[in-house]
Amino acid sequence: MSEILPETAEAGAEATSSRMNMIQAINSALDIMMDRDPNVIVMGEDVGYFGGVFRATAGLQAKHGKTRVFDTPITECGIIGVAVGMGAYGLRPVPEIQFADYIYPALDQLVSEAARLRYRSAGEFTSPITVRSPFGGGIFGGQTHSQSPEGIFTHVSGIKTVIPSTPYDAKGLLIAAIEDNDPVLFFEPKRIYNGPFDGYWDRPTQNWSKHPAGDVPTGYYRIELGKAKVVRAGGALTILAYGTMVHVCTAVVAAAGVDAEIIDLRTLIPLDIETIEASVKKTGRCMIVHEATRTGGFGAELSALVQERCFYHLEAPIERVTGFDTPYPHSLEWAYFPGPVRITEALKKIMKDA
Amino acid sequence: MSNGSGTNGSARTNLPPLTLHVPEPKFRPGDAVDFAEVDVPAAGSVRRPDTAEAASGFTDLVYTLIRVLDDDGKAVGPWNPRLSPDVVRRMLRSMALLRAFDDRMFRAQRQGKTSFYMKALGEEAVAVAAAYALDHDDMCFPSYRQQGLLIARGWSLVDMMNQIYSNRGDRLQGKQLPIMYSVKDAGFFSISGNLTTQYPQAVGWAMASAAKGDTRIAAAWCGEGSTAEGDFHAACTFASVYRAPVILNIVNNQWAISSFSGFAGAEATTFAARAVGYGIAGLRVDGNDALAVYAATEWAAERARTNQGSTLIEHFTYRAEGHSTSDDPGQYRSEGEPNAWPLGDPIRRLKEHLIAIGEWDEERHAAQDKEVAEEVKAAQKEAEKNGILGHGLHQPLDTLFDGVFEEMPWHLREQQAQMLAEETASGRPWDKK
Repeated sequence: MSEILPETAEAGAEATSSRMNMIQAINSALDIMMDRDPNVIVMGEDVGYFGGVFRATAGLQAKHGKTRVFDTPITECGIIGVAVGMGAYGLRPVPEIQFADYIYPALDQLVSEAARLRYRSAGEFTSPITVRSPFGGGIFGGQTHSQSPEGIFTHVSGIKTVIPSTPYDAKGLLIAAIEDNDPVLFFEPKRIYNGPFDGYWDRPTQNWSKHPAGDVPTGYYRIELGKAKVVRAGGALTILAYGTMVHVCTAVVAAAGVDAEIIDLRTLIPLDIETIEASVKKTGRCMIVHEATRTGGFGAELSALVQERCFYHLEAPIERVTGFDTPYPHSLEWAYFPGPVRITEALKKIMKDA
Repeated sequence: MSNGSGTNGSARTNLPPLTLHVPEPKFRPGDAVDFAEVDVPAAGSVRRPDTAEAASGFTDLVYTLIRVLDDDGKAVGPWNPRLSPDVVRRMLRSMALLRAFDDRMFRAQRQGKTSFYMKALGEEAVAVAAAYALDHDDMCFPSYRQQGLLIARGWSLVDMMNQIYSNRGDRLQGKQLPIMYSVKDAGFFSISGNLTTQYPQAVGWAMASAAKGDTRIAAAWCGEGSTAEGDFHAACTFASVYRAPVILNIVNNQWAISSFSGFAGAEATTFAARAVGYGIAGLRVDGNDALAVYAATEWAAERARTNQGSTLIEHFTYRAEGHSTSDDPGQYRSEGEPNAWPLGDPIRRLKEHLIAIGEWDEERHAAQDKEVAEEVKAAQKEAEKNGILGHGLHQPLDTLFDGVFEEMPWHLREQQAQMLAEETASGRPWDKK
C-alpha cells in the first residue's frame, strides 16, 4: 500500500481537492502539518514575513505565529545546526535552504550530525528534521542556482532523500517526510514548481492546472517514503528518473513512440528496489536519467544495482543520461541539460538490437 | 595584474615589502618558562553587573578575569557565590573524583584495555563547578573534555567506563570512540568528534525551550581552538538574534593539540571579547577558580532564565596534560608550563580555601583522595566484568546496523545478512572474538 489516497482524488463527497501548483502543494503540506503537530516549525532565510523567495511558505507566519515560522540569519550551518538542536529537544523542524547550491555550508551538520545522531547515541537522541531545498536546473540559474547535489547525500548513511515530480506527490511526500523520525532531504525541482517541463525549452511552457497531478486534495494525505511510481507502463525498456526528468522522459518516449516503462523513483534513499527490479527483469533494458553530473552520481548506484540484480535479464548495456561533468553553465544551459535530444539518442542506442 | 599574481609577481621597489605574521608560542621544548606576561587581576577586583544589564555594557568584563579565591584561599569580592561549606566540599570531591577517574582511565589505555582516552587535568573546575551552578534538567552540549559534568551530576562511573571499554554493558553499543558519551538522563548531549557542531545545536535546543515556554536552559562548551570553526560564529549569531537562553562556554586551555591559542586569535584579543561584537553578554573567568566558575555560570543561568539572553564565558585555564593518549606535548611545548601556570591547580586552590575557612584539613583531603581512588577502582572492577576492548565481551554483532534509521531499510538488511554470513564463513563466531 503505497498511498493512502488514490492517485487522483475520486469523486467521493468528502475528498475535496483543488488545483495547485507544486509551490501551493508544498505550502498546503506545511500548513496542514503545523495544524496537526504543534512541534512542527518552519525556519530559513526569508521564509517568515516574506513567505519565501519561491512563496512556498507564504501566509504561514501570519497564521501560525512568529515562534513557529521565522526568518533566520544567512548561515546554512547555523540553520541546520539549530534545527538539529531543536530536534533533540523534541521539535520537528522543517528548515529551508534557499537553493540546494547553498547547502554545502551545512554539510557538516547534515553529514556528521543529523545523519549520525541516532546511530551514535544508540537512539537516545534523534534528528526528525526535514530539510526543504529547491534544486535542479533548466531555469538559466547558472552555476549556483541549478545544481542537483542529491548524490552527495545518497552517499551518507542515515539520511533519506526525497524528490517529488508533481504537486500531488510533493504534498503527500512532504507530509510523510515531516512525520518521519529520520532526517529527510526534500529536494524540490524548481523548474517544475509552476508547471511540468518536458525539456522542449523553445516551446511555450505549461502549468499544472491542465495536468492531472495538479489536482491536489486539500486535506491530509501521505505518500509513503521509499515507494516508486510507475508513471508509464511499458515493455520495451525501463527508464529510471526523478524530478523534472520524469516529464522530459515522458515527452521523449511519446515522441519516439517507444513502449517504455517510466519509473519515477520519488525516494532515492530508501530506494524502491522491488519496483525497479521487477521492471528491468520484464523489459531487459534500463536507462537512467538525471540532471546531476555523471561521475559518482546517483545513476552510478542505480546502474550498479540493476547490473547486480538483473544481469541475466539485460539485453543491452545500461544507459546513463545525465548532466555533463562540468559546473552548470549559464549561456550553454540547453547544451548541458539532459534534454530530448540526448535522451532520444540514448534511446536509439539502447534499442538498437531490439 | 602581472604584479603579485602567482610566483611570477615581483614586488614594487618603491613600497615596503609586506610580511606575513605567523604566530609562535612563547615557549618551545627546552625553553625556561616565565608567565609574567599573563595578566592576573586581583581576586575580587571585577564588578558583578545586574543580570539584566544590556550586552553593550560588558566591554570592561571581557578583558579582565573574574576571580574569587585570593592567594590566601579567601573568597572575596562581588562574585563570591557564598556557597555553604557543604556544597564546596561536594564540589571538591567531584573534582577529585574526576581526576582519579582520568588517572585510572589514562592508565587503562596504556594497559591496552581501551584504544583511547582524553584527560581534563587542570580543567576540573570548568565542568564541575558549572554543573553545580546549573539545574539538573538543563541540557549540556559538551565537547570531549567535560566529563566532569557527568561526574558532578552523579552519573555512574561504571556506565562511563563501559562506554570507554566498548563492552557488552556499553549503552552506545560500542558504536562510539571512547569518551564520546551520551547520557540523556543526565542532560548530557551526545558528543560528536566534529568540533563545535554542538554550539548551534545548543542554541537550537535553547530556542526550542523558549519557543515552547519551557523553563530549561542550555549550555555548550568548546575549546578556544574550536572557536575558529564557522559553527561558533553561526551559534553566536543565532544566540544573539533570538536571545536564546543558552550559556556558551569557551574553555581556553591555551592549547589546541599542538597549536597554541594564538592560532585561534588570542594574540590580538580575548575570546570573551568576541561576545561584544555579537551583542551578547561576555564574561572572562579564572577557570582554575571553582568559585569564580560557579558564580559566572550561576549569573549567566539567571540571565538566560529571565529572558535576558545568552552569555559567552571564557574560562581561562591550562591543559596540564597531553591532548589525548595519542599525543606527546613534549614535542611542542616546554615541560615547565603546567607547573609555572600562574592560576595554579583548581583542586589545590579549592582545598586551600576550605582549609583557610576551617572547613577542611590535609588529613581529610588525603583520606578523600584515597576514597575516590578506591571508588574508581571498584567501578573499574565492575565495568571490566562487562569486558574490555577486544576481549570478546562486546555487543552482539547485529547491533552494527541498529539505529542508522528508525526502521532498517532493505539495503541494510541485505548487508546485515551478508555480515552474518561472513561471520559463519570465518569459522570463528563473533562472540568468541
